[in-house]
Amino acid sequence: MPRVVVHVMPKPEILDPQGKAVAAALPRLGFEGIASVRQGKRFELELEGPADEAALARVREAAETLLSNPVIEDVVAVETVEEQA
Amino acid sequence: MRIGVVTFPGTLDDRDALRAIAQVGGEPVALWHGEDSLRDVDAVVLPGGFSYGDYLRAGAISRFAPVMERVVDAANGGMPVLGICNGFQILCETHLLPGSMIKNAHRAFICRDQPLRVESTASAWTSEFAEGEVIRIPLKNQDGQYVADERTLAQLEEEGRVVFRYVAGATHGPEGFEENPNGSRHDIAGVRNERGNVVGLMPHPEHAVEPGFGPDEPGRGTRTGTDGRRFFTSVLGSLVA
Repeated sequence: MPRVVVHVMPKPEILDPQGKAVAAALPRLGFEGIASVRQGKRFELELEGPADEAALARVREAAETLLSNPVIEDVVAVETVEEQA
Repeated sequence: MRIGVVTFPGTLDDRDALRAIAQVGGEPVALWHGEDSLRDVDAVVLPGGFSYGDYLRAGAISRFAPVMERVVDAANGGMPVLGICNGFQILCETHLLPGSMIKNAHRAFICRDQPLRVESTASAWTSEFAEGEVIRIPLKNQDGQYVADERTLAQLEEEGRVVFRYVAGATHGPEGFEENPNGSRHDIAGVRNERGNVVGLMPHPEHAVEPGFGPDEPGRGTRTGTDGRRFFTSVLGSLVA
């Protein structure tokens, strides 16, 4: 079954407390040289039918309606993942 | 007057809200998230907690509960609706109120008795307060940082729709968060819609309605605070008016 991956990120102008927490923890563990971290979400949706334009349009709509909150988040990518052989 | 309190899976403060309504002489009515009915109530409270485990985003799943369609319709028709904490997050997710909540800026859960300045009495839930009055009710949250874009914030200020603002006087808190407990824009603790029937706030009026069980009032005694009562007396007053 085709899979569609939706990536959601906090809007650039919104402070990302989780990303900041991760960024603060990295040097404590010896991971130097990372200037900043922003944390987002990745959704993997398995489709029942083909990943055609109509199906992708529905996924985009779902991404804007439920998977993200447009006040604080952006849907940065909706991509189809090739089926594994 | 029948005031409904919605219970979602993961709601925590529904019982206190029902009790608060009874304390001021209203008739509390328990509402269930999966029911497509408001049981002829005159007003609705969306209480605090972690509905649906806060999965996805706080309030995001609850927004699509069957009862919420009725709540949205009723709110658009003018019925008083109060969202407390998680209930405020749900009202933002349904777009009955503008903005949204993100994780507290200091990234920790915070629980304290929180002083608030009443900024607007032009709502169904705040008519019995005095403008500029400072009240004290409990605050307890993890995702309590109110955010909205600059245009929305300017509009809220211009239209006098900021209902409560965080002010100094809490007994404890992380450094840098003595007044504003979570980094909320413009120190906003609560807002209302244009009409004033829908109000949302992060702190908890339902935990401050009965002497002996409320917040500490410095100089007056421990657990004596009952400032939350007037949310509920206000709505009863607005319903008979």
